[in-house]
Amino acid sequence: MTDLGASDLAGRIRAREVTAQAVTRAHLDRIAALDSTLNSFITVDAEGALASARQVDQRLERGEPVGPLCGVPVALKDNLVTAGIETTAGSRVLRGWRPPYDGTVVARLRAADAVLLGKLNMDEFAMGSSCESSAHGPCRNPWDTGRVPGGSSGGAAAAVAAGLCAAALGTDTGGSIRQPASFCGVVGLKPTYGRVSRMGVIAFASSLDQVGPLARTVRDCALLLEVIGGPDVKDSTCLPAPLQPGSLQQACQRRELKRLRVGIPREYLDQGGLEPSVERAVREAIATLAELGAEVRDVSLPHTRYAIAAYYLIATAEASSNLARYDGVRFGPTLPGARGNLDQMYSASRGEFGAEVKRRIMLGTFALCAGYHDAYYGRAQRVRALIQRDFQRVFDGGCDVIACPTSPCSAFRLGQRLDDPLQMYLADIFTISCNLAGLPGLALPCGLCDEGLPVGLQLLGPPLSEATLLGAGAAYEHATAWHTLRPPLDPVTS
Amino acid sequence: MKITHDDVRHVARLCRLELSGPELELFTHQLDAIVAYVTQLEQLDAPLDGSEAPDSETELTCPDREDEEAPSLDRELLLSQAPAHDGEHFLVPRIIE
Repeated sequence: MTDLGASDLAGRIRAREVTAQAVTRAHLDRIAALDSTLNSFITVDAEGALASARQVDQRLERGEPVGPLCGVPVALKDNLVTAGIETTAGSRVLRGWRPPYDGTVVARLRAADAVLLGKLNMDEFAMGSSCESSAHGPCRNPWDTGRVPGGSSGGAAAAVAAGLCAAALGTDTGGSIRQPASFCGVVGLKPTYGRVSRMGVIAFASSLDQVGPLARTVRDCALLLEVIGGPDVKDSTCLPAPLQPGSLQQACQRRELKRLRVGIPREYLDQGGLEPSVERAVREAIATLAELGAEVRDVSLPHTRYAIAAYYLIATAEASSNLARYDGVRFGPTLPGARGNLDQMYSASRGEFGAEVKRRIMLGTFALCAGYHDAYYGRAQRVRALIQRDFQRVFDGGCDVIACPTSPCSAFRLGQRLDDPLQMYLADIFTISCNLAGLPGLALPCGLCDEGLPVGLQLLGPPLSEATLLGAGAAYEHATAWHTLRPPLDPVTS
Repeated sequence: MKITHDDVRHVARLCRLELSGPELELFTHQLDAIVAYVTQLEQLDAPLDGSEAPDSETELTCPDREDEEAPSLDRELLLSQAPAHDGEHFLVPRIIE
């Protein structure tokens, strides 16, 4: 039961082949058996999950209508605000916070009759690429528990890979859905900026943050995006483009890629530092796309080498502003020791931030400082425009999608990169430009590296091209079996 | 540019972070490496002025909507999240003598 995907489970529950309560219990049992090792959940809401499942079963018994995710066990990254359920964003600063409302994506999942299992581990405030900066302790990769699951949505990727939930929601600011999906061998979709409401998402970098699904198949990602996406009056950056129910799942019927023009950016694949077995897996995947009928061509994104520098200035500048609210008054602990002046009170509360968050707040503050603003932040914004233009030229020039690796490497060992934050940042090279340009990106399993760890293929497209990306991904998935591989965990429950 | 202890102290004060001695040492070293890396943006030879964001469907607009009455969150629920309250207001530590 814990091996079935979201679409399958919803179908079987709706057909009353299995009850939502049995499905929920199977997942809760598996969490109890495996998560003391993986640490993918920060909070498990067993009671709430079973109550939702019971309601779904009762409604089905009475013959009442149910939503598209009826009884499907879904878990949420802990930066998604949940009414009454502790929401910490992986930080000590928010420990104990029970939000008084649901974020839009959470409300939409509930309205679609999903069963919410709990909150997933993540890098503190989504700042990290390894899930090691969490105040809840690091999450582990189910393929090798000595390795990181990636980040920042590491808990989401690990939980989906290990069958602890059928699907999950993460957030992606610079690759935080796609890179962990790649490290854990699951599918992750970062939608177009504005496709999904950010109301009730704990802000990291507001011009880059986007919510998206992680699941075990492309079709399940399509189903989840149909539920969570679309206009929202509570987020003025949410695009007015409607998302028709069924439209993305329909796109996933695609079985060939005739007339699909796929660009391979030479700056991505010819770049040094790409792990050889990752490169091999991605090149084989591109060959498969060609066998399916796609027309593969060489393209150029000339400003790629400036992307990381621009990203780490823009994202940290926005973070330094967004995280000003953790001051012990609006949010954050009012510490008993804070009895001095107002500044001492702020500092005491902000002393609860972990090292990576402090580092990024300082870098962002530096980038915005008088005297440095134009040289750093201003320049980064203009580079961002050049990177957007690079992509636009490729798409205007006749490419439908871009194919490339998701990450230059497979999952690395816990602790291996903690001492050198710059090296950790540099590994975000293939995912970051997509956020700077506001584009959608899909990561999907495309092989195993020499150590037997998953490798991810990434497909990028123009704004609002999710249906094209999901269609191409589904055709690839149908032609290959990488998405059916499971991590070598004890089969504790069926 | 070389990042010094004084630079880090100045920035930390601006964002209300108090750093311990070892933190100051570590962050100075790490921020120096990061700033040295991002300074490569200076090498960009393309003319930067006038390179505005291209037109795209994602260009931000601020949509208008009707100003309609909608329920607010419950006061008791909101107050329940505060470390201290008097039933009507949030209470914060006194900061003006």
